[in-house]
Amino acid sequence: MPSYTAPVKDMQFLLHDLLNVTATGVAGYEDLDEGFTGAVLEEAGKVASAVLAPLNASGDREGCVLENGVVRTPKGFKEAFEAMKDGGWTALDCDPDYGGQGLPYLMGTAVGEIFVSANMAFNMYQGLTHGAYSAIHTHGTDAQKVMYLPKLVNCDWTGTMNLTEPHCGTDLGMMRTKAEPQADGSYLITGQKIFISAGEHDLAENIIHLVLAKAPGGGEGTKGISLFIVPKFLVKEDGNPGARNAVSCGKIEEKMGIHGNATCVMNYDGATGWLLGDLHKGMRAMFTMMNEARMGVGLQGYAVAEAAYQNAVAYAKDRLQGRAVTGAQNADGPADPLIVHPDIRRNLMDQKSFVEGARALTFWGAHMIDRSHREGDAAAEGLISLMTPVIKGFQTDKGFEMAVAAQQVYGGHGYIEEWGMSQFARDARITQIYEGANGIQALDLVGRKLAQDGGKHVMAFFEMVKAECKAHDGDDRMTGFVEPLKAASKQLQAAGMYFMQHGMKNPNAALSGSYDFMHLMGHVCLGLMWTRMAKAAHLALEAGKGDKAFYETKIATGRYYMARHLPACAMHLARIETGAETVMALPAEAF
Amino acid sequence: MKVLVPVKRVIDYNVKVRVKADGSGVDLANVKMSMNPFDEIAVEEAIRLKEKGLAEEIVVVSIGVKQAQETLRTALAMGADRAILIVAADDVHTDIEPLAVAKLLAAVVKEEAPGLVLAGKQAIDNDMNATGQMLAALLGWSQATFASSLDIAGDKARVTREVDGGLQTIEVAMPTVVTVDLRLNEPRYASLPNIMKAKKKPLEEKTAADYGVDVTPRLTVVKTTEPAGRKAGVKVGSVDELIAKLKDEAGVI
Ligand SMILES: Cc1cc2nc3c(=O)[nH]c(=O)nc-3n(C[C@H](O)[C@H](O)[C@H](O)COP(=O)(O)OP(=O)(O)OC[C@H]3O[C@@H](n4cnc5c(N)ncnc54)[C@H](O)[C@@H]3O)c2cc1C
Ligand SMILES: Cc1cc2nc3c(=O)[nH]c(=O)nc-3n(C[C@H](O)[C@H](O)[C@H](O)COP(=O)(O)OP(=O)(O)OC[C@H]3O[C@@H](n4cnc5c(N)ncnc54)[C@H](O)[C@@H]3O)c2cc1C
Repeated sequence: MPSYTAPVKDMQFLLHDLLNVTATGVAGYEDLDEGFTGAVLEEAGKVASAVLAPLNASGDREGCVLENGVVRTPKGFKEAFEAMKDGGWTALDCDPDYGGQGLPYLMGTAVGEIFVSANMAFNMYQGLTHGAYSAIHTHGTDAQKVMYLPKLVNCDWTGTMNLTEPHCGTDLGMMRTKAEPQADGSYLITGQKIFISAGEHDLAENIIHLVLAKAPGGGEGTKGISLFIVPKFLVKEDGNPGARNAVSCGKIEEKMGIHGNATCVMNYDGATGWLLGDLHKGMRAMFTMMNEARMGVGLQGYAVAEAAYQNAVAYAKDRLQGRAVTGAQNADGPADPLIVHPDIRRNLMDQKSFVEGARALTFWGAHMIDRSHREGDAAAEGLISLMTPVIKGFQTDKGFEMAVAAQQVYGGHGYIEEWGMSQFARDARITQIYEGANGIQALDLVGRKLAQDGGKHVMAFFEMVKAECKAHDGDDRMTGFVEPLKAASKQLQAAGMYFMQHGMKNPNAALSGSYDFMHLMGHVCLGLMWTRMAKAAHLALEAGKGDKAFYETKIATGRYYMARHLPACAMHLARIETGAETVMALPAEAF
Repeated sequence: MKVLVPVKRVIDYNVKVRVKADGSGVDLANVKMSMNPFDEIAVEEAIRLKEKGLAEEIVVVSIGVKQAQETLRTALAMGADRAILIVAADDVHTDIEPLAVAKLLAAVVKEEAPGLVLAGKQAIDNDMNATGQMLAALLGWSQATFASSLDIAGDKARVTREVDGGLQTIEVAMPTVVTVDLRLNEPRYASLPNIMKAKKKPLEEKTAADYGVDVTPRLTVVKTTEPAGRKAGVKVGSVDELIAKLKDEAGVI
């Protein structure tokens, strides 16, 4: 059975060596000294290893069951959920006015990774609740905040987001669910939503559905959409759950992974709902949830890969198979451990260098969100808005790839269920699909984000990379980092230039390369992070700080990423520059 | 009643222990360290006494390197009220011996006047199993070791002890030193709000010299070696051969 240990040391490195959090001046960061963040991460790690991880495989095997309209989660989930609530973990970065602990989003991200790695399906119940919390916190009236937030903060109630319908997933403009205004200011919601994560379950006393629906007078397409709060049990005057609302779970889906999380068909049969935010501005309100959720899914991508990687390493050290080509390294044994083989090393280095790079990018992104929310930093907000599709799309594509790579280390034992490696691959797979399929992330990046605010944010990103290269110019310690980053960044700019020159005349030319662009930019982002991490590690080494082997390993891992992964940028650019010609050459009938 | 709980920073029980190349001890450089698991049980028991209204204040003490602060913060996050760190070494490899620890604790007991000292039965690093006993002797207090249950009523403590072949229940007069065993309780996880509160709880820093205690080692470590690796097994051809081997070679039947 797989096991999991929180990578506290690596997280501490990111917080204190890379981001140097206490020196940033961001409000709330002054409390994040090394001792404190260490205590929080260690304790979260204990809960993750002892309470959540043991339920990962059993939750996968058992799955959720729908009986008489009630969904039963796997054995042990209820107790574990209570443990998370009692520990105050669900409230970590929520507003103290509503019972939250008020820690920065960055800490929520670090702790979130730990819980997701230990048990992704389980953690989604809380993750979606946090999304609902954020949407109500940002767009709700005072009365709505008082009614819902404290219960969502401590997860006595959980939340959902309801966008998808049978005939519309990506294209929400075709939505059919209707909202009819009532005399008392409420709405009656009618329609069917599908694929609703945590739509029904037995972990909480109430479920607060946030539902997109069309109210009269809003016009065609996504413009007519509004967002509604539809509680499973209507909330009484005294704040407690009362009468059952006309919303029910019709079916739960059988699916490839995340079996512990119920994916529900939700039927709204004239259910009572209340408008959240402005009428016909539902997409905007939903985007609050979606941006957070996309960051969260990008995190899931590498968090599952981390768990898979840890087990692959243990297996590679333990499994005896074949002899090292340079001579036996375990002469007394019948064979050498897998880890001696160069191809296994390649595999493990791919995983390690991706996961650590993605963790750095995600923490950096979380830091940008804190800058934007806590300091009103518009540049940070622009950067994270640009980067969200990259974090979501690139990190989940690679996360899945790396979960499969970890599975590969196990040979045939990776393919059978007994060892738990297949689950990591199956669980990771959904991250490429939900919250906007990755093709849609690429479309968002190339079609919207590049040109956003006159291209200001992408220019700022280019400048940031350029400045990083310049800062290390002629620094011998940084050879192996600066040159590849410089080259990759030029390739990224060339790709952007290609879109500028051809996109207007021939949009197909731009969109044929959008996926490659997302990956090209992903590599540049990770290259940038590795360059910064290498520098931070060198500085720590020179200061004689702490664990020498850790910092040296960090630098060596970075060198691997730069040498073995940044070359992909040239390939992506070459593909982009071929435009739409070969991509769109065939008429649809030819397929 | 005030309860005093000594807590030791030791190598984490999950870490694979490696002996230093020169055999002088276990390599602790950059190794994950945690609170001695038996001490966690002692802290938990103290918190439960407080929750039952039997204790008013829990003071935790750690003796060793400065980094033992983290161990104390963990105890504070679990629910202890106040901490005292007695810095007695600079190098993480320096182990303060039980007698020196007991003397320092005795000095702290004189200042703090607790009604109960709850200690782990032993530290998992050197397995000495001596500090609690020595402390009781130095104080002239009663002692109850290897506790698997603890009931306090008035000026008596009833303690069930895990002894060879069963359980023994004894009654001791308070104040007393109780050393706790594995089955006494299951320590709680610190909650996030308590970790945050722990940051603000008082942690007083002292040195061994402040108490006039000499911590110079009296014992000499001659050699430290790792356990021998497991030898390869042999395949036996028959039950008779197995019985013969168990009789003649292993001498177990
Ligand atoms: C396990 C699971 C949990 C989910 N949880 C939730 C939830 O909690 N709430 C919720 O509302 N939804 C949820 N979903 C739904 C999920 O978000 C959608 O499945 C997803 O948005 C894709 O929509 P679709 O399935 O209708 O695919 P489609 O929209 O039909 O897309 C199919 C494919 O076509 C591509 N495509 C579509 N349009 C374009 C375009 N214009 N240009 C290029 N490519 C395009 C997409 O990239 C995709 O690869 C969940 C789904 C699953 C499987
Ligand atoms: C569904 C299924 C059906 C199967 N059917 C059959 C069947 O019909 N008959 C049969 O005999 N077997 C069968 N197998 C077994 C299958 O062929 C083996 O699982 C496969 O050969 C790998 O061996 P292994 O699982 O022992 O992995 P290992 O040999 O332990 O390999 C683990 C990993 O280490 C790598 N590795 C090992 N040695 C080296 C080296 N020297 N250098 C670099 N890398 C190395 C491998 O590439 C692999 O990634 C089946 C397996 C499965 C899962």
